Amino acid sequence: MTASDKTEAKPLRAERTRWIGQRVTRLEDRPMVTGTGHYVGDLNLPNQLHARVVRSAHARGRILGIDCAEARALPGVAAVWTAEDLGDLPPIPFRATSIKGLDPYCQPCLARGDVRYVGEPVAIVFAETPQIAEDAADLVFADVDEIAPYLDATQDPPDFAEGHGCEPVVIEKGYGDAEAAFAQATHVIELDLGIGRHSGIPMETRGALAVWDAGRRRLDMYGATKRPHWNRDRLAEMFGMSPSEIALHEPHVGGGFGIRGELYPEDVLVCLAALRLGRPVKWIEDRREHMQSANQSREQTHRIRAAIDADGRILGIDETLWHDQGAYVRTHGARVADMSIGLLLGPYRVPAYRARAHYRLTNKTPAATYRAPGRFEGSFVRERMIDAIAVRIGLDPMEVRRRNFIRADEMPFARNLTALETEVILDSGDYEGLLGKALAFSDWQRLSAEAETRRAAGDCVGTGLGFFVEKSGLGPSELVRVSVSTDGRVEVVTGAASLGQGMETAMAQICAETLGVHYNVIRVVHGDTDRIPYGYGAHASRVTVMTGEATRRAAELLRERALDMGAELLQAAPETLDILDGMIVSRDGAEVSLAEVARHLDPASATRGAREPGLAAEAWFHNKHMNYPYGAHTAMVSVDPETGAVRVERYSVTYDVGRAVNPAMIEGQILGGLSQGLGGALFEEFRYDESGQPVSVTFADYLMVSSAEMPPCDILILEDAPSPLNPLGLKGAGEGGVTAAGATIASAIDAALGRPGLVERLPATPQYIRRRIAEWDAAHGTPEGADA
Amino acid sequence: MTETIAKTEISFTVNGRPRTVTVEPRKTLADTLREDCGLTGTHVGCEHGVCGACTVLVDGKAVRSCLMFGAQADGAEIRTVEGLAEGEALAPLQEAFIRNHALQCGFCTPGFLMLITGALDENPDIRDEELTEILSSNLCRCTGYRNIIRAAIETAETLRRSRGAA
Ligand code: FES
Ligand code: FES
Repeated sequence: MTASDKTEAKPLRAERTRWIGQRVTRLEDRPMVTGTGHYVGDLNLPNQLHARVVRSAHARGRILGIDCAEARALPGVAAVWTAEDLGDLPPIPFRATSIKGLDPYCQPCLARGDVRYVGEPVAIVFAETPQIAEDAADLVFADVDEIAPYLDATQDPPDFAEGHGCEPVVIEKGYGDAEAAFAQATHVIELDLGIGRHSGIPMETRGALAVWDAGRRRLDMYGATKRPHWNRDRLAEMFGMSPSEIALHEPHVGGGFGIRGELYPEDVLVCLAALRLGRPVKWIEDRREHMQSANQSREQTHRIRAAIDADGRILGIDETLWHDQGAYVRTHGARVADMSIGLLLGPYRVPAYRARAHYRLTNKTPAATYRAPGRFEGSFVRERMIDAIAVRIGLDPMEVRRRNFIRADEMPFARNLTALETEVILDSGDYEGLLGKALAFSDWQRLSAEAETRRAAGDCVGTGLGFFVEKSGLGPSELVRVSVSTDGRVEVVTGAASLGQGMETAMAQICAETLGVHYNVIRVVHGDTDRIPYGYGAHASRVTVMTGEATRRAAELLRERALDMGAELLQAAPETLDILDGMIVSRDGAEVSLAEVARHLDPASATRGAREPGLAAEAWFHNKHMNYPYGAHTAMVSVDPETGAVRVERYSVTYDVGRAVNPAMIEGQILGGLSQGLGGALFEEFRYDESGQPVSVTFADYLMVSSAEMPPCDILILEDAPSPLNPLGLKGAGEGGVTAAGATIASAIDAALGRPGLVERLPATPQYIRRRIAEWDAAHGTPEGADA
Repeated sequence: MTETIAKTEISFTVNGRPRTVTVEPRKTLADTLREDCGLTGTHVGCEHGVCGACTVLVDGKAVRSCLMFGAQADGAEIRTVEGLAEGEALAPLQEAFIRNHALQCGFCTPGFLMLITGALDENPDIRDEELTEILSSNLCRCTGYRNIIRAAIETAETLRRSRGAA
């Protein structure tokens, strides 16, 4: 009998409290508002040493020598290491894909032979206090013979090392006859576009605390997150240990956004030091270090060409991008470049496609994923093209979209492309339907009319829209164990991680509804390799889908076990019973609590019979394909043409997430994502001077959105297209607030200034906008009625 | 070097409780609270005075404890996030944060709570726009601020109403 058959048979089930879809408050919050949460910086162990990394001051050069004598002599210093001291410790590996040839470019934990970016670890100091460690680090002198750095990934790549160039791979994708499409085209539009270098910048910097118990042969590392199991296994390989001798633990985590929780050089060094020095070792990064050593992202230059027929239909797209990976290949390999071309096409039907991504290593801080990787960039590029087509054909951009959308009745739609090692098959969606709803919800007509009136009065005000398709629920697998203890409390154990998104609450809601308990009796354990043998982490908006479905399955199994035992205790048939708020109830009003049932299932209980001991169940969810939530952003902006400053006056996000577990948390994800998206669209950028020195290493130079820049934002969450790939219809919702922000703001700025195609690069800073106004007017003449 | 720097003894009250600690003169108030008083609810996000994660109240005023030396707080009355709740009972602002989903990772939360508490203590009749303006001095990377603004305004109203009723 399947679970759904049983549901039909249960009359009481209709009265059960619904948890999925409710805006309940978060289980996570109390410790955080009372200051009792523990982030890695709050953790200490007796007798611990403090680590401080000595970082390269040069973007590129040969290391002639590193003088550590003075640092070693400083009282309170336990050890100072350079690459020589690491022996044959391998470089940090990456998650393999079908892309080959990246191995020679992996990052050694301490620079070996060459330094390749400012901020690269060249030595590490271990001392009694953080202050001594910092003083000692200042005494380490690296003698470097500087080489001119490679800083522009669109320029020809120089050598990386003997026999290896700075372009390890050009990734190609495509299908159909692009050449024929371009030959047939009525119009060919070509755009050169670019996105600056951004990063997640969690408010908590990175950190790690490791301790080795030689007697028990056991290495514990606190401060892990995102991918604890993968990181544990790689540490074991690097140290030649068994994974069973290493445990990673996730404390409270102050935000991740894709960049935190990867295996970084510092994590490896802290663990190695704990092993070798026999004392706990703690490392907490400072903000300046974070800005030059944690993963950066986004920097790509795109040349997109579109073949268009006379009606504005896309016949083919040809795309070339140059991906600035920074100095080394990190744990993601070439995934962002790969995904950028794999997911570029978004919601549109494109009969022929040809794309290539030049993956190039420069002398900047290495790059990897940051919230909506490849899609923030790709949506900007694709939606800029839609606007350009609209201008060329003389059509409303919404009409261009409608003519090119994949239709709802074409779903599932196989793209004939891959991304993240899976085939891209759009699972469900009604793009045109969502566009209509987004326009109505955002009051588009009225806002656009208002903008026009204000423009006529001499103000620079405009509206813009960006459409996007996200992806979520990346497999391959997830395991969840649910158990009820003898006091009736429920524990959900998952190998996924939590970086502040509210996953504990979401999992508790799914478990509560499936099992029939209140969500606040549930405790969700995550990010701890000791508690569960497998876990695939928190990234790619996969937790709600993968862990969510595994949780539902485990709770369903546990429910069956509880009812089986309960049926015997209540002398009733299991299918006549239900579980309400932790009580198994029968039709005639008899009841027994889950706590009681758990006691009856004690291994030594006489009533257990032949049943498996314990009220617990575990379940896997395996999933080969991602699913694809989608949505639209709209903005109304005003621009001061004198200063180039942009003010975002209004914003809306319409997002179809298949099934919303907790709408309030999804809104929170969207708002938070939007603040990062607006930052990337208008302010944030890691810039480097000609010598490769990073000039954005504090919050004063890397400008993030504060509450003053954050516009009011209306959010419409839709559940029109549940995913057919899991029974609850879940799609992930963590990234859609970011994805189309760049595209949308660019479009609104163009409209505000009455200069189509003005924004070609993000962030559109005031300086950039002033420069572009001058360039645009030089090329096209000042538009009528606009300020020169 | 480090070890030869003389430490100084300082006394202050934290959340109503008198404390005496011995710290190096270069130690910030943030580190003094975290390391010497065991109050790790005060977070450090930048040590540059920009993010506001380290905001505490010193003699009723919101300050960035990363910009102040512990020694400068000698004799002061300090309030931190740990002092907001009374036993199990959360302060109205803490409840409003939870109710309005005004936090995600929670790292910036203590700083915002203290910033808002300071503003409401100083001027219970503060206008919504002023309050919103004050909030722009702290950074949050998770929430997009709108819910923090909502929680702050709602609390200001609650407090005004309860004063009116009293
Ligand atoms: S840590 Fe004090 S302002 Fe950022
Ligand atoms: S809640 Fe994470 S930084 Fe504000």
